[in-house]
Amino acid sequence: MKVHNERTAPPGTVSLSSPDVGVVLVRLSGAWKKDLELPSADGVMDRVLERPDTRLVAFEHTGLDAWDSSLLTFLVHLRNRCVLAGVRVETEGLPHGVVRLLMLASESKRAKGLPGEAVEASVLTSIGERAFNFARYFSHVLEFTAEACTAFLRLFEGKARYRRTDLGLLIYECGAQALPIVSLISVLVGLILAFVGVVQLKMFGAQIYIANLVGIAMTREMGAMMTAIIMMGRTGAAFATQLGTMEANEEIDALKTLGISPMEFLVMPRMLALILMMPLLCVYADVVGILGGAFVGVGMFDLPANLYYEQTLAALKLKHFAIGVVKSVFFAVLIATSGCFHGMQTDRSASAVGYAATRAVVVGIVLIVVTDGIFAVITSFLGI
Amino acid sequence: MERSQEEPLRTEAHITVRDLTLAYEGYTVLKDLTFTIDRGDIFIIMGGNGCGKSTLLKIMTGLKPPVKGQVFYDDISFWDAGPSERNGILRRVGILYQRNALWSSMTLAENVALPLEEYTGLDRRQIAEIVSLKLALVGLAGFETYYPSGISGGMQKRAALARAMALDPEILFFDEPSAGLDPVNARLLDDLILELSDSLKTTVVVITHDLASIFAIGKTSIFLDSETKTLLAAGNPGRLLEDSPDPKVRAFLTRGHLDET
Ligand SMILES: Nc1ncnc2c1ncn2[C@@H]1O[C@H](COP(=O)(O)OP(=O)(O)O)[C@@H](O)[C@H]1O
Ligand SMILES: [Mg+2]
Repeated sequence: MKVHNERTAPPGTVSLSSPDVGVVLVRLSGAWKKDLELPSADGVMDRVLERPDTRLVAFEHTGLDAWDSSLLTFLVHLRNRCVLAGVRVETEGLPHGVVRLLMLASESKRAKGLPGEAVEASVLTSIGERAFNFARYFSHVLEFTAEACTAFLRLFEGKARYRRTDLGLLIYECGAQALPIVSLISVLVGLILAFVGVVQLKMFGAQIYIANLVGIAMTREMGAMMTAIIMMGRTGAAFATQLGTMEANEEIDALKTLGISPMEFLVMPRMLALILMMPLLCVYADVVGILGGAFVGVGMFDLPANLYYEQTLAALKLKHFAIGVVKSVFFAVLIATSGCFHGMQTDRSASAVGYAATRAVVVGIVLIVVTDGIFAVITSFLGI
Repeated sequence: MERSQEEPLRTEAHITVRDLTLAYEGYTVLKDLTFTIDRGDIFIIMGGNGCGKSTLLKIMTGLKPPVKGQVFYDDISFWDAGPSERNGILRRVGILYQRNALWSSMTLAENVALPLEEYTGLDRRQIAEIVSLKLALVGLAGFETYYPSGISGGMQKRAALARAMALDPEILFFDEPSAGLDPVNARLLDDLILELSDSLKTTVVVITHDLASIFAIGKTSIFLDSETKTLLAAGNPGRLLEDSPDPKVRAFLTRGHLDET
């Protein structure tokens, strides 16, 4: 503020006069700066409209000092009110720069195709719109799924067009590179399960059964579930980002005009890599989680190691492993589909890519949990 | 659409667009376009931002079906043709995309090689030779193993051009080739386009609003307008500047300095 001190003009004011019948002359004076106290456009307008049969508003600016966009917003507001009230506005009496900027501001509003004129939709309309959008989204999903199936058929026929090196790299990214995070999370889940279990089981002197608890929970549920959630956040989001960026850069268009199906070239290898790697990661997570549980049971609650080992072996049945592994294949399909689908649906802008990744993860995790629930119901119904 | 220029000898039509209407989900971008691109021509498609130039390119290159109308390559109606016939047409077409569209997970050499692998039966060694030649043609010799992200924007543009030229196309489409290039590089690209058109008799279609290159290379041009959603003028750009009856076209060609010519 000190800088302006040598030229402090009084804050802007407005005075009105009527040089002619039906004409209101708005005299602007003082400094119109954002940080000063300025008259409100509505207040001035009310005073203008108080005068009987106002037809024209004109301006005068001899007393006007410095001005910035606060004057412009004031004038735009004033003009809009005038238009509503059917009063003509004559801008000639304004500083030349102000007139030019006002013209620019009104032109950009006229530019068509802008959402500026959107009418407020009624509740019913917006519900209908949402339903319609959802139906369209769903039809896109179906279309995508059908195309993916075709791509896989062509893969089995040996006709799919993709790069082996890409597939190798993707397998490495989905498999080996995910090991550290899967190890960490699984060992922690094993530990947590054991801790929670041991506190309860101790009351009955049945601590040894944490071997059963951890073993079955890991293999049947947590191994598949936790790897799925990790892989969704890690790999599914990466798929969405990669494909979204490719769409935004027209890379996918370039493939299509070459007659190469992006489904075969980009989506199918990603799905395949994940479908191949997820069961392995799941089994790995099972083992690591069981070791985590054993660490708690044997290391902290002094259960004999050989007993714990035998108890674990007795509890683990092939069916528990199998259920977990089968689920992990389903999860792999869901993760890859959600990631690739949302990536391919991206608009051509940078922000859309981030949005695609977010959506992919949210939709993917919901689908994973729902599928897991369905499995729980089916397996209990079948008694396995 | 009037054709003011006298046509001394009727050249062969290479691409014919007839009554084409383009739309995005109900929003019409351009309607009832009709124009002809002659063999060996350098054809400029000009118009303001967002008037539908890239969309037109998409329809002409098979990425998006038109709402109405046809695109003929020689005598074949692209959108009525079967998939294999379409591929046959696209095999003879090279496209330089507005955003380069280099495949980011592949090296420059792999980028240029993919069209060759896809459409020719050449062996690895032959492909590698052609790839090196094409990269050298655009001044990128020695950059075979670079990834697109590792080179500058101008170099990416040239690499994309090398890829577009990989199959020795009869038709080259350029979508705003000079966007993002400095004047010297833009000029070099113009020279390259002239060279291609001259030496290989390639039909070149350039989407641009760069006035310097419009006048430097354009033989024929059309002007698309987003307000009327139609083709406002057609003809040689120099001649349009002199005597187009439409003020919008003249304003565009003079950067808005109307009445100065
Ligand atoms: N994928 C899309 N979906 C919906 N509208 C689009 C899409 N792409 C472009 N448009 C709209 O179509 C119009 C023409 O776009 P475009 O062909 O890219 O213009 P140009 O290349 O001439 O700048 C613009 O109004 C743009 O907003
Ligand atoms: Mg464009």
